[in-house]
Amino acid sequence: MAGTAVRGRLTWQTATAGSVNDETATVRTIGLDVSDWPGHRAGQHVDIRLTADDGYQAERAYSIASAPGEPLAITVERLDDGEVSPYLTEELQPGDLLEVRGPIGGYFVWEPAFGGPLLLLAGGSGIVPLRAMLRCRRSAGSSVPARLLYSSRSWEDVIYRSELDDAADGVEVFHALTRSQPPGWAGYARRVDGQMLAEVAWPVAQGPLAYVCGPTSFVEAVASGLVGLGYPAGRIKTERFGATGQ
Amino acid sequence: MSPISRGFRRKRQEAPAGRVPPGQYVTTDFPVLSAGPTPHTALTNWTFSIQGGREPKSWTWEEFRALPAETLTTDIHCVTRWSKLDTTWEGVSLDVLLAAVEYDAQYVLAFCDGGYTTNLPMADLTGGRAWVAFGYGGGPLAPEHGGPARLLVPHLYFWKSAKWVRGLRLRDTDEPGFWEMYGYHMYGDPWLEQRYAGD
Amino acid sequence: MIALEDFALDGNAIGGLLIEVFGTEMTTAVGTCASCGAISQVAELAVYRPALGTVVRCRNCDAVLMTFVRIRGIICVDLEGLASLT
Repeated sequence: MAGTAVRGRLTWQTATAGSVNDETATVRTIGLDVSDWPGHRAGQHVDIRLTADDGYQAERAYSIASAPGEPLAITVERLDDGEVSPYLTEELQPGDLLEVRGPIGGYFVWEPAFGGPLLLLAGGSGIVPLRAMLRCRRSAGSSVPARLLYSSRSWEDVIYRSELDDAADGVEVFHALTRSQPPGWAGYARRVDGQMLAEVAWPVAQGPLAYVCGPTSFVEAVASGLVGLGYPAGRIKTERFGATGQ
Repeated sequence: MSPISRGFRRKRQEAPAGRVPPGQYVTTDFPVLSAGPTPHTALTNWTFSIQGGREPKSWTWEEFRALPAETLTTDIHCVTRWSKLDTTWEGVSLDVLLAAVEYDAQYVLAFCDGGYTTNLPMADLTGGRAWVAFGYGGGPLAPEHGGPARLLVPHLYFWKSAKWVRGLRLRDTDEPGFWEMYGYHMYGDPWLEQRYAGD
Repeated sequence: MIALEDFALDGNAIGGLLIEVFGTEMTTAVGTCASCGAISQVAELAVYRPALGTVVRCRNCDAVLMTFVRIRGIICVDLEGLASLT
């Protein structure tokens, strides 16, 4: 079977945690050093596996935060009732070992050759694979027009805040802060809805390519909204992160 | 051999032996595990039926709720290792439901909205050990926990307490239900740690 | 009120599992539902992971298309719900 022969795609590889960077109070980006990393595409993810000293193992999937050609990095959000995310965001130190499998994914990927205009729609930690796409676009010097609509609870929850603020490479960024807004906030202050999509989304006639990522309910609502605007289903790519809490 | 991730440990520690079966931890949550979307059968369309007896028997929601019901407090044990203590339920005993049917079957396949099935010996549904539960924690059983009604068989692993139950097929042989077909134990006694076939 | 479908993932989340099972990337593979005939890329199918196993459902009719259960290191694979997977 192809699995055992294709190193780096199917097999678990040891990774050493490198740099850690706190993006928000609950979100951390972790650089991972994997000796035979084959490279990755923007939008792909890795499976991470942790092993405790009693042999207990836990496995989770995390989107790759870095662009193709950049060192592997993941961005992890701490879930209150999580088992792996509290370890990765609070305990893990540079030099610690874990296992990585990947890169994984051939559907939710973008590269400049795919063209656009590009419409990226992120709910919460759904920004991670979309940020990899924007970094890919930037490092390739691509002039594909790109817009990002990014929904977060508050400004403090916005991941990659300063990086997204820098519109030097022509990406238009729209924030929707759904729960609280800083004084003087002039951006959207509600959940993404049809009206907001109509204002932000590229006109259908321009043949846009849309990527939607975040909680399942967010993805469902946004994808339906885009279909309602006339986007062909085949030009909407979705990645659902499920739901957290009850 | 996987490298050890320094400082990583399982979140929940096993409970000491005694109150809970081996390999379980105690939780105060009530985790929601589902293999599908929430079914939404209107009560006007809901029936519970027993098939495979001498004659088929079926109850509408009104007829079912008119049956004598009991409240009970019990521990429940999930094969995914959580146990929840002193859960309170309200339901109709399977002894009451089965009394309405003439049968000589020794096995049962419970079937549910959404297509889920699970198998049990008839002996484990009788003698005051099983209910069709419509109430939990003093209120109506929530849809995410199997409402309007679920099977409740607390002496077995909780995958046997089928959510959104709609009836029983009485059988002469023990045929695997949904999870049993893929390797989960045909009987599922948590005290013998019968999680998987061959345990 | 919790809508259990809000907890569902999609085929992207099981990309690694699918490579283990099929030996190749499968999220762009196209499945046809044997119940309703709906055609979908695997990445867009509804995926439920209740810890006992992984259940992949048709987004159109909710029928079970694929089930994966890993016990003692062996993955049991049921593809009966698919009319085709290409």
